[in-house]
Amino acid sequence: MGAGRLYAAVVVGSFRRYATYRVATAAGVFTNTVFGVILVYTYLALWDERPDLGGYDQAQAVTYVWLGQALFAALAIQSGGFEIELMERIRTGAIAIDLYRPADLQLWWLASDLGRMLFQFLGRGVIPFVFGALFFPMALPRDFGTWAAFLVALLLAAVVSFGIRYLAALSVFWLMDGRGVTQALMVTGIFCSGMTLPLNAFPGALGDVVQALPWAAQLQMPADVLMGEADALGAYVFQAVWGVALLAAGRLLQSAATRRVVVQGG
Amino acid sequence: MAASTPASTAGSRVADGLRAYVLIAGMWIRAGMTYRASFVVTVVGNLLLSGLDFVGILLMFSQVDSLGGWTLPEVAFLYGLSVTGFGITDLLLGSSEVLGARIRDGSFDTMLVRPVPVLAQVAADQFPLRRFGRIIQGSLVLGWALFAVDVDWTAPKVLLVPVMLVSGAVIFGAIFVAGAAFQFLAQDAAQVQNAFTYGGTTLLQYPPTLFGKDLVRGVTFVLPLAFVNWLPASYVLGRPYPLDLPTWVTFMSPLAAGVCCAVSALVWRAGLRSYRSTGS
Repeated sequence: MGAGRLYAAVVVGSFRRYATYRVATAAGVFTNTVFGVILVYTYLALWDERPDLGGYDQAQAVTYVWLGQALFAALAIQSGGFEIELMERIRTGAIAIDLYRPADLQLWWLASDLGRMLFQFLGRGVIPFVFGALFFPMALPRDFGTWAAFLVALLLAAVVSFGIRYLAALSVFWLMDGRGVTQALMVTGIFCSGMTLPLNAFPGALGDVVQALPWAAQLQMPADVLMGEADALGAYVFQAVWGVALLAAGRLLQSAATRRVVVQGG
Repeated sequence: MAASTPASTAGSRVADGLRAYVLIAGMWIRAGMTYRASFVVTVVGNLLLSGLDFVGILLMFSQVDSLGGWTLPEVAFLYGLSVTGFGITDLLLGSSEVLGARIRDGSFDTMLVRPVPVLAQVAADQFPLRRFGRIIQGSLVLGWALFAVDVDWTAPKVLLVPVMLVSGAVIFGAIFVAGAAFQFLAQDAAQVQNAFTYGGTTLLQYPPTLFGKDLVRGVTFVLPLAFVNWLPASYVLGRPYPLDLPTWVTFMSPLAAGVCCAVSALVWRAGLRSYRSTGS
């Protein structure tokens, strides 16, 4: 089997696996919609006081909220993707079996996480977003080109998100327990991805810092591309640089980790 | 699950349940303490995580002086009440969200055959002492807000603060139990419960003036979340509630909490009775 076909099969398999949990998906849609409604009202009040905060008008702020709800599960912004499983495999030693497989560890998990992301974007993301568009004024582009550019930004966001979580998961080779790292992923994810507030609305120097960190590639960049606030090419470069850097760091950490692998038990 | 128990034995059943709850929770606390460093890390982590909401609010107030006409200390007052009340419930009953997983993997059946009230077992299951982090964080914000708000403290106002905390915890508790009962039906929908529990506490962190009239009516008359803090806190702070309600409604939180409990007890019984094992 060609390498490409192998990883494509992993993507499809992972997509199917998540598609099995239909009730859980519906429940997730409901939760994201409820949180979206709460956030929209708080943002509207905020932009009422400070029109043009962060360079957004009210419709753009609303769009940002629903995009955040749509991408929350897909990009595993609060963690909760493949990394939970990988951490567990490292902790239990099952990772030794994975390392014997004739497939690349990083690519395998990337393919698996892409399948999950694709399902959660379609299953959990689209409906809250459409709900938001139906009931609240949003700033959506009318031309196909912007939507296409947005989808490219989403794909790059997926790679950056994977890169961050892969590094976090590999740290378990040294830490043996993933709970602390997972919590760190939650805190940084929610805060630095801009789930609490758009990064361009952060005050002063703090705003400059968070907008330069890789988390900005996940929600802020796709949002700005969608709403025409950022030049698509510039956004891609930012995302791609972080994506490549994180993937390369992941490779490096992976080879360091596998050199010190000690299989437990047996 | 005897449908009718004489009053005297009903009392002893509650005592049995509480005793079982304390024993099971104690067991999980001892288990959790085995890895002490990991425990400390998770408490601190929980403190940070639950503090993120408030950081978000602080960020907002770094850009504006008021939100929906409410100042930062006033919003912090709402926040502290909501998070502390919710934190108490989340510590005592939050484990009920694992019920769905237990139903799916079949281990719920073992709970049914033990001579201990099922609700006590479900509530104490995997008792997470780390959730103390949220209570600590919420009370810190509440403590600051109590000093910072510009309020003429009268006896009823002072009294309302503990009343809000207790009735708030009970109202959230009723939602947790009803949510757990819903898991019997849905089996895989802990997220729906989260929408009402975590969603509810998030909603109550912001002033009621921010939200649409229909939403405010919904959480006042249908799912009485407004009794956790919105209504009584509006009275304490001297802010008009967005709906035209008489003042005495402000003091009805304990009553609302009692009604919630009664409803969720019925829902729980109905859920438990409808339970059919996964039996494969």
